[in-house]
Amino acid sequence: MFPELNHLLNTTPDKAEQGKLTLLCDAKTDGSFLVHHFLSFYLKANCKVCFVALVQSFSHYGIVGQKLGVSLTAARERGQLVFLEALKTSVDIFFQPPVEPHPLQFLREASAGNLQPLFEFVREALKPEDGGEAKWRHPVLLVDDLSVLLSLGVGAVAVLDFIHYCRATVCTELKGNVVALVHDSGDSEDEENDLLLSGLSHQSHLILRAEGLATGFCRDVHGQLRVLWRRPSWPAAQRDRSLTYQYKIQDKTVSFFAKGLSPAVL
Amino acid sequence: MLESLVAFGGLVLLRDSIEWEGRDFLKALIKKSALCGKQIHVLGCEVSEEEFREGLDSGINSRVVYHDLFRDPLNWSKTGEAFPGGPLGALRTMCRLTDPRPVTVALDSLSWLLLHFPCSTVCQTLRALCHQDSCGGDRSPGERVNVLGLLHEELHAPGPLGALGSLAQIEVSLRGTMGQASAHILYRKPGHRPTYQTQWFSILPDFSLDLQEGPPLQSQPHPDSHTVLVDPTSHVTFNLHLSKKERETRDSLALPFQFSSEKQQALLRSGPSQASGHILYEPDAYDDLDLEDPDDDLDI
Repeated sequence: MFPELNHLLNTTPDKAEQGKLTLLCDAKTDGSFLVHHFLSFYLKANCKVCFVALVQSFSHYGIVGQKLGVSLTAARERGQLVFLEALKTSVDIFFQPPVEPHPLQFLREASAGNLQPLFEFVREALKPEDGGEAKWRHPVLLVDDLSVLLSLGVGAVAVLDFIHYCRATVCTELKGNVVALVHDSGDSEDEENDLLLSGLSHQSHLILRAEGLATGFCRDVHGQLRVLWRRPSWPAAQRDRSLTYQYKIQDKTVSFFAKGLSPAVL
Repeated sequence: MLESLVAFGGLVLLRDSIEWEGRDFLKALIKKSALCGKQIHVLGCEVSEEEFREGLDSGINSRVVYHDLFRDPLNWSKTGEAFPGGPLGALRTMCRLTDPRPVTVALDSLSWLLLHFPCSTVCQTLRALCHQDSCGGDRSPGERVNVLGLLHEELHAPGPLGALGSLAQIEVSLRGTMGQASAHILYRKPGHRPTYQTQWFSILPDFSLDLQEGPPLQSQPHPDSHTVLVDPTSHVTFNLHLSKKERETRDSLALPFQFSSEKQQALLRSGPSQASGHILYEPDAYDDLDLEDPDDDLDI
């Protein structure tokens, strides 16, 4: 996790808020550093994490996690991390006999179905253990990323329904958190993606938006991060509802600074 | 302002955006309706009952009936706890309310319904909901049901937005600037011209409305603890400041295109009496001063 980002969001692993949906989106840049931040943040906070990884392999996240001080392999072995590696398991649907509804069952369906099997997988992964005291703090669902589901033929409303059910189960019932990444297509007229992004924005409590600089690529400033706090409204009166910072991604950390005040350009 | 929104029957459309959320305003209207003695039925599709009731005091909450369609709207759990007929069934049930007391129906949200059902179905059901007195029942003819519908603008194309707008008696668009929220209200009374009103407001923690005159004239600089106070002018390689002598020289400089009194005098002096400005021309043999065709290009 990045300590400077924790400071911006006014949170630490010990006092992470519960019951929240955080939306990560990126436009004209790569916002995956935010996914790595939240993955290591919640693992360090001793939460049970279900990670639906649709775009990268386990080893990719493992390597970045090592730089941020968490071992995904160890977390998976001790049962803290449930990792759905979609790149590997998606071939099982086609080459293995169907045993039970597979989380990625929608890949087999000709028409755009719903994501109920994926939701059942998440619910099963994060359900509290029967008997004994809870080993982990509140559950967390992390999805990287939802835009790829649109490319795989799922409709935007089906993805919104999936996140709705995840919110109802993970946030409201289990008092956990949901973090999801969506790409903003920007200029290209992708109505389904715009609908998904707007619909999720309305459901979210916190929106982190990483944008590329309007002037183009820069060596010392990699982009701009906009933070928008949404619900509930009035406690946020004590802090700013929205903040904008610029950032630079380094090998093991990300540094944030106010707009125009990068140390390299002063 | 709130009285005008909850008093009349018919559909009140609350259009909100990502930046300016409308649920708090909806709860403020619900509180006002409850204080006016109405029974409130909420079709809750987007937030849990606990979250919706948060902040409303017990007196208001006792008048609110929350139809929970948040936990399992599509009947995925198949436990039989889901509302029979789904959300549309729940909405149609509200069209046949037998409560003799005045009723307000709050839809949280219309956007959810529009995303899951065809626009025509939603509009027809809304119309039936608003015109319950004509459907019979125990309601007195003058008392129509007040329907408050929350709509997220960005999610819909202009077509459905226009269709819902034409059904609505009152349309409230929630916007804001410089941290101050505003409501732009359009009243549509049948037989009258539509009237507009803009009202700046803020919502207090107990969901009462604090009306304001306008946006703050000057945005207060927030004591931002995050910004590191760096002076950008401290390490530049060029001089940004002027000495006293340089400042005096700069102030006394006359700008080239400034019309001062000296220039005015100089121009006035150069009148027709000065011979050096006069042009003398002697036409030579080849000049053909034909007034009808001075350029000599007409084919006459």
